Amino acid sequence: MLRFIGRRLLVAIPTLFLVVTVAFFMMRAAPGRPFDKDRKLSPEIEANVMAKYGMDKPLSEQYFNYIKDVARGDFGPSLKYKDKSVLQILQENYKVSLILGLSAISIAGVLGVTLGVLAALRQNGMIDYGVMAIAIVGVCIPTFVTAPLLVLLFGSKLQILPSGGWNGGALANLILPITVLALPQIAIISRLTRAGMIEVLHSNYVRTARAKGLPEHRIVMKHALRAAILPLVSYLGPACAGLLTGSLVVEKIFNLPGLGKFFVISALQRDYTVVMGMVIFYAALILVLNLIADLLYAMLDPRVRLS
Amino acid sequence: MTGPILAPGSRAGAELMEKAVKGRSLWDDARRRLLRNGAAVTGIVVLLVLVAIALLGPLFTPFSYDQINKNDVWAPPLTAGHLLGADSLGRDLLARLLMGLRVSLAIGLVATLVSLVIGIVWGAVAGFVGGALDELMMRVVDVLYSLPFIFFVILLMVTFGSNIILIFVAIGAVEWLTMSRIVRGQTLGLKHKEFVEAARAAGLTQGAIIAKHIVPNLLGPVVVYVTLTIPAVILAESFLSFLGLGVQPPMASLGTLIAGGAQDMELAPWLLIFPSLTMVLTLMSFNFIGDGLRDAIDPKDR
Repeated sequence: MLRFIGRRLLVAIPTLFLVVTVAFFMMRAAPGRPFDKDRKLSPEIEANVMAKYGMDKPLSEQYFNYIKDVARGDFGPSLKYKDKSVLQILQENYKVSLILGLSAISIAGVLGVTLGVLAALRQNGMIDYGVMAIAIVGVCIPTFVTAPLLVLLFGSKLQILPSGGWNGGALANLILPITVLALPQIAIISRLTRAGMIEVLHSNYVRTARAKGLPEHRIVMKHALRAAILPLVSYLGPACAGLLTGSLVVEKIFNLPGLGKFFVISALQRDYTVVMGMVIFYAALILVLNLIADLLYAMLDPRVRLS
Repeated sequence: MTGPILAPGSRAGAELMEKAVKGRSLWDDARRRLLRNGAAVTGIVVLLVLVAIALLGPLFTPFSYDQINKNDVWAPPLTAGHLLGADSLGRDLLARLLMGLRVSLAIGLVATLVSLVIGIVWGAVAGFVGGALDELMMRVVDVLYSLPFIFFVILLMVTFGSNIILIFVAIGAVEWLTMSRIVRGQTLGLKHKEFVEAARAAGLTQGAIIAKHIVPNLLGPVVVYVTLTIPAVILAESFLSFLGLGVQPPMASLGTLIAGGAQDMELAPWLLIFPSLTMVLTLMSFNFIGDGLRDAIDPKDR
């Protein structure tokens, strides 16, 4: 177990290294420099500013310096937000994204699993068709369609929920963004759960449990569910990636001060260090989540041996 | 996956020919199952209609998609000759919607093709050659899988500016990963089959075996995955367009139209509603077809 974790972490280092390298050179290949969109700087001043951030050196040297800094945990200063370091920006803004993402995935997990189990227990019944309809609609309607439509309905027409803004994380401001983020996840999770549950309910050990005379709820909750949600565990990584994509859209539409908003703006403004910091942060997050998913999988499924 | 060639017995030549004929009847079977699936048939019909109006529609609209009409700014649907209304520049929404649908479908198709080619070549080579090469190629896929890819697509678009070719390549380059895994898995199952051994005994090169015997037998699951990749690609493009990184105005895609509509929705809700409906209809029909195909080609999956 520990060896497995250790090995995975060792593999994660070259992966992260690759991410840093690709992102670094892609960012630098972009036309335009970080300082040319402010006021027009005279060439001397621009040269001075470039020198201050070490960007007058050859690209390869800048790259090695950056790698060294990152290895020490120093992500450098932001090039646009003058007196802030990249770490500060990450620290100040991760909370909004985290709250949104965690709430969305928890709600989606609980609702999705419940709906999936109900559908599987009444396969081809009314509940089943209802859940499957929700699942298909949820997968087919992208976040950037649901978000504006919900704002139009609840914000502008009915005026019962605010159409945007963070407002210190007030519940009313959170409802719409979290709903938008959770909907596609509910769809996918209920679908996965239903498929897993149907398969497990036909397996031999469930028949055995029935033959023993166990009450149905115990069979479902204790025996079947554990195996049925296995596919969900491997879905953890992709779910996180999906939430990430979703949060880019949701934070833009609802005007929320999260990380997602920074990424696109920073990339467009050529704020190299902020973009790099964000790429590294999310890559690390996804790597860790994938590791956790694998560990959970092994805990839930005794047939899997970590080696 | 039940490919056409599963029956045991290896009486070479004539038998092989006969199997090829039988193989087609399995596809016939799949087609019959597909046509009995109401949702899938509806999906096919809706999609055909959408493709037809995307291709032919622009020929019949009284306005062109980029024609600015100063007098028709914010014209609601069914006024001033605009069936679906007009936008902030007085451009006809119907014309723009048809053009956007055409662009989105084209991107879906081309980018999927890109991912298909990369995925099949990568997966088939890895699975067929096996050994260290397989290990290496699949590790690469694993590593790429664990990256926040949307960031890289965004970086690509920012770096090289958004032109439509780059959108094809960028999205196609992201979507090939799953395809290569599916293809590799199938190839592993196929490569020890008798007909492959026969081909090898007949002296075919590895490349020829992959191209003539492995790839054609992979088609089932690949076709299913393709119909599910197209909507994913359309979605990815719209997402980029929504962030302002995709198709650039005055050109339109479903994503740019929805993004524009979302900005003006208080004043002109039709600009949001019609493009959204079209988008949902398109994605749904693809998903229905994909699900139907999966059930038809691999009935044991359900």
